[in-house]
Amino acid sequence: MTAKIIQTNSTPFKTVDVDAVTVDIIENALRNVREEMDAVLFRTAMSPGIREQGDCFPMVANRDGKMVVGQFGSFIHGFMEAYDGQLEDGDIILTNDPYMCNAAVSHLPDWIVLIPIFKDGRHMAWSAMFGHMSDNGGMVPGSIPIKAETIYQEGIRIPPTKLYKKGVLQEDVLELILHNVRTSEWNRFDLNALVAACRTAAKRCVEIADRFGDDIFFTTMQIMLDRNLEAMRAIINMIVPEEPSYFEDYVCDDGVGKGPYKIACKMWREGDVAIFDFNGTDPQAKSSINFYLNEDMFKMFFGSFTINLFDPHILFNDGFYELVDVRIPEGSLLKPKFPAALSGRTHALGRIFDVMGGVLGQGAPDAMNAAGFSDSPHLFYSGYDKKGEWFQLFQIGFGGIPGRPVGDGPDGHSLWPGFTNVPNEFIEAYFPLRIVKYEPIADSGGAGLHRGGNGLSVAYEFLVDGEIAVHDERWLTYPWGVRGGEPGMRSTKRLVRADGSEEWLPAKCDGVSVKEGDVLYFNTWGGGGWGDALEREPAHVAADVSRGLVSVEGAKRYGVVIGSDGAVDAAATDQLRAKMREGREDSGLFSFGGTIEEIKARSLEETHLPAPEAP
Amino acid sequence: MTFRLGVDVGGTFTDLLLVDESSGHTYMAKVPSTPEDSSIGVLNGIDRICDESDIDPTKVMQVMHGTTVATNAVLTRKGAKVGLITTKGYRQTLQVARSFCPGGLGGWVSYVKAPLLAPLELTIEADERMDAEGNAVSALDKKALRKDLKALADTGEVEALTVCLLNSYINGAHEVEVREVAQEFFGDIPISISSEVVPEMQEYERTETTVVNSYVRPQVSKYVTNLKSSLEERLGDDVHLAILRSDGGLASARAAGESPVNMLMSGPAGGVAGAMYFCKRGGFENILTFDMGGTSTDVALIQHGEARIRRETRVSDITVRAPSVDVRTIGAGGGSIAFVPELTKALRVGPDSAGADPGPAAYMKGGEQPTVCDANVVLGYLPSDVKLGGAMTINRDAAEKAVQTLADAMGIELMTAAEGIIKIVNESMLGALRLVSVEQGYDPRDFALVGFGGAGPLHANALGTLSGAWPVIVPPGPGVLCAYGDATTQVQDEASQTFVARVDQITAKQLIAELHALREKAAVSFEEDGISADQQQVTYQADIRYAGQAFQLSLSVTDEELKSKGLAVLTDEFDRQHEQLFTFAHGKDHEIVMIRAIVKAKSSLTADLKEVSGKATDPKDAVIHETRYYYEQEWHDAAIFDRGKLGIGTVISGPAIVSEMDSTTLILPGHAATVDKVGNLLINPV
Repeated sequence: MTAKIIQTNSTPFKTVDVDAVTVDIIENALRNVREEMDAVLFRTAMSPGIREQGDCFPMVANRDGKMVVGQFGSFIHGFMEAYDGQLEDGDIILTNDPYMCNAAVSHLPDWIVLIPIFKDGRHMAWSAMFGHMSDNGGMVPGSIPIKAETIYQEGIRIPPTKLYKKGVLQEDVLELILHNVRTSEWNRFDLNALVAACRTAAKRCVEIADRFGDDIFFTTMQIMLDRNLEAMRAIINMIVPEEPSYFEDYVCDDGVGKGPYKIACKMWREGDVAIFDFNGTDPQAKSSINFYLNEDMFKMFFGSFTINLFDPHILFNDGFYELVDVRIPEGSLLKPKFPAALSGRTHALGRIFDVMGGVLGQGAPDAMNAAGFSDSPHLFYSGYDKKGEWFQLFQIGFGGIPGRPVGDGPDGHSLWPGFTNVPNEFIEAYFPLRIVKYEPIADSGGAGLHRGGNGLSVAYEFLVDGEIAVHDERWLTYPWGVRGGEPGMRSTKRLVRADGSEEWLPAKCDGVSVKEGDVLYFNTWGGGGWGDALEREPAHVAADVSRGLVSVEGAKRYGVVIGSDGAVDAAATDQLRAKMREGREDSGLFSFGGTIEEIKARSLEETHLPAPEAP
Repeated sequence: MTFRLGVDVGGTFTDLLLVDESSGHTYMAKVPSTPEDSSIGVLNGIDRICDESDIDPTKVMQVMHGTTVATNAVLTRKGAKVGLITTKGYRQTLQVARSFCPGGLGGWVSYVKAPLLAPLELTIEADERMDAEGNAVSALDKKALRKDLKALADTGEVEALTVCLLNSYINGAHEVEVREVAQEFFGDIPISISSEVVPEMQEYERTETTVVNSYVRPQVSKYVTNLKSSLEERLGDDVHLAILRSDGGLASARAAGESPVNMLMSGPAGGVAGAMYFCKRGGFENILTFDMGGTSTDVALIQHGEARIRRETRVSDITVRAPSVDVRTIGAGGGSIAFVPELTKALRVGPDSAGADPGPAAYMKGGEQPTVCDANVVLGYLPSDVKLGGAMTINRDAAEKAVQTLADAMGIELMTAAEGIIKIVNESMLGALRLVSVEQGYDPRDFALVGFGGAGPLHANALGTLSGAWPVIVPPGPGVLCAYGDATTQVQDEASQTFVARVDQITAKQLIAELHALREKAAVSFEEDGISADQQQVTYQADIRYAGQAFQLSLSVTDEELKSKGLAVLTDEFDRQHEQLFTFAHGKDHEIVMIRAIVKAKSSLTADLKEVSGKATDPKDAVIHETRYYYEQEWHDAAIFDRGKLGIGTVISGPAIVSEMDSTTLILPGHAATVDKVGNLLINPV
């Protein structure tokens, strides 16, 4: 480590005996701290991205920088290596550069605030939080330029910088940064909110140490890490076989004509250690869709996905990292070389979850889910409203949760924790837009014993001239089904001009001019189906039809015939199902909707868009 | 001589409190609840209480009632079949439910969505559109609507109808039109329209709230109507029935039947009102209430004698935009089950509960898993060696056996495990108290802590120690405090309106005019119920925030303040509170988002309730039994005192246990309890 922490009190912390109940109490108190960080941020942030959609993540780490409470794992180790300076009580660090914090944040719009927590002159812990800022400067409003080829085009890069020195705000630095973004007031508020949340956490940690004793607090954090280690050791032995399993999935394109990009993952176990090897993943893209994947972050994804099944009350943390070995090839889509552009990383990040589901599921087919809405596709709309004021809208799209062992996937929902849509009445009140339609797309969820959730169709009518940008996925490859379930329907973006003409927008584009009266139909994808659709209770299919979630025609995918009265035609259903069973082959564990070659060959005809070239 | 009656219907018992309005004398009764028709239990209770007190039932002029009829309809999903009419393109607003999946990363894997309260089969669209300024973009297509309404009516399924159209919070004209057309097909089926129930921005929340109103409306109406007529039969035609609202005010039976969505937290609001009543009279204006029951615990913060009101109400997974006392509920109570997950060997308590059936192991009704109650028995906090007034028989051996299983799983001693359970559950309670205090910018040490409910007085002393909130107050009748709350509150109604405006773009005069219009709207129900203008008190509120921010505060304001100081009276106070809560203030770009007028009827209760005798007594005379309990790894000898025999000023030093009809108060070593002038037990460290 090159960063140096200045303590005025060098008495070392001691490891002491802590009884189990005290550990549980401190664990509970730290859970409260984390929840309080969220509460403070949501209430004081200003941008719709954070306050309504919840695009932000808190953390408390121990003295060594290991995350004790949080979600996305610790980046403090990487930061300490990158930061060549001294840290003192009252300092607050700000950064947004993935290349300087070991990819703790993976693109520039995510700003991290980090506080070293001191008590009586001794460095005791860390608090940190990052949030997605509405704008970070650079080529396009919203700062996710598709065509960027280097990170220099993606807006201001903030290396680890002291925003506060010994408690004093460095106003010059702050103003310099805010001067470079289009939404300086939103960012100012959101940054204030991140600082307030981290300070709250720092205060609470000092209070906990006051209550129980510094050494007990110090020791308990280590015990909590050990708890995760032991729990994960057992889980890994249960669910990761020694025999390798392999899965690959794709990011459909890079926005500049290449694709699809393969993400390959092989998983096996050696002793207590689970190994995830991404060898075979395609090389990095020329555009901004690269996802600089922090190995620790992947461990966190893996751990949080599995540990909740066994003790949902546990405070999930970094403690088990030594049990997971993640291998990512240099220069690949998941570990691009500096200065590769990174801002459009959301698609590969989301797809990692499908890959993980696919690779883990082969060892435990009973517990596996189909492919779902593993992404945050988005729409930007910006310009000057009728009063001449600048506006900039960032809308995240939601879609179909996959069919799962527990049942159907919800329609038009989010896979990300805490995310919600922005109310349409809010958007209409604050932006020059009318949302003409907001509804799940019938039949877009893959058919199955448990149906995939439907994608969402949102019709945006633009009320002033402006520019839009679209960042979308799964327009080419399918959200796959499992155990006989069918894939879900893919995404589309259809722009209907005020004069009645129509065009199909590519999945990734920016700088598209729109005029008053144009309507964009932004259709997201459905979740994959789970299990054999022909086994689904016909009455459930009929109920979906009467709810507008499946059409009468779409019911036939389940082998169900709906009569003119809306009820199941039992005889016709039996007949149809028998016929469908007759001709079909065993689909295997996954249904991908064809090979990549087949899908590409059908691209223009089915999607109205030419197939991309292999990268 | 006239009487008023407070009635609280809970899941197991119906509590009644009869108050002599001129003298303040009270009479109490507890009878079993009758869930199939709660009014039967209420009438049984009235018979009992009038019989025991020898009071002529016709002298009871007012019945004030906290009810869980609406809450239970939601909890048990046994409300009406609701039909819904939305704007074209928005039929699936409830289905999408703001796209939210609860839980952490991967929470979606196990998320099972509950059925919609207004099923999609019974949801139709109206072709019409308002814009965000309230201008009609397209008129209502009545012809198409008639066709769809007819089909909906022909299903014969709809028991209550809801209309919620986009942007109707700013202009409800299309909703009114839809209702007129719908009446042609639906006759006397009740129709709730969102611009009347909750004229607030955000289509999902407004739709859900209006649908919940419809969902509980037939049941609540029926219940209230039946109860009213049975009461009139028993108590005379001149009896007035009022129902406690979630926000702690009373509504007339008629008003309650029309907007039952406002009654969802009627029960907890009663407890808070009761706590406020006794604490105010004891001189405590700033309190944290701590109401611990069998399966859950409710906490709230009261500042300057006023409960914080929140603009939403939550019942299990349903959240509606209806004002309620800001009560936070956590799923831990006396019946919560303790367990040790195999993988982590941690000690966890709840959220699973043994409930009333099978109940804690100590009650010998078939429960075998260790609960918080069992830990209290093992530790001696809930005495098992002497039978106390009214309480169930407690079997210590059964409790020990249950707790021992947990001790074995953790590899620790029985008593250590029992103390562990209590400490863990107390820590969860502390977490709940923090939600309403530190997370809102309040320091619990500036508040007194009031413990009530079945288990609150057992844990209150320990929570005082953890939170630093002193004194710990155990009011009289902690197990029937809701009935006290019901009997001591006032009739209240409010009208609110979304009013989005930048403060620097409007004048105080405009705001005053809007507020006066709301006052008239809010007072309508008072006039219908015969409460004249001179019996009304009005409060105005504005919800204010920095433009674009989610955080907003409801600030109270008067005519006079607005006239003399202008709008700065709001913005300055907002900046001050923002700074207190979040360490920074913006100082500009204030925006008003919502305004409201709250009208209260003046109270007719003139006498104070008398719950305690006027002189200090010798504690020795009140001892029921000598026992011992286990605390901080050692046994302490302790006496059990009869609360009924403790006069004003009596001091009980811990370790001690104070017992009364339906509750047990634990006084820890190093603490003492004093009986104050209204009968509260005030526990302080010594």
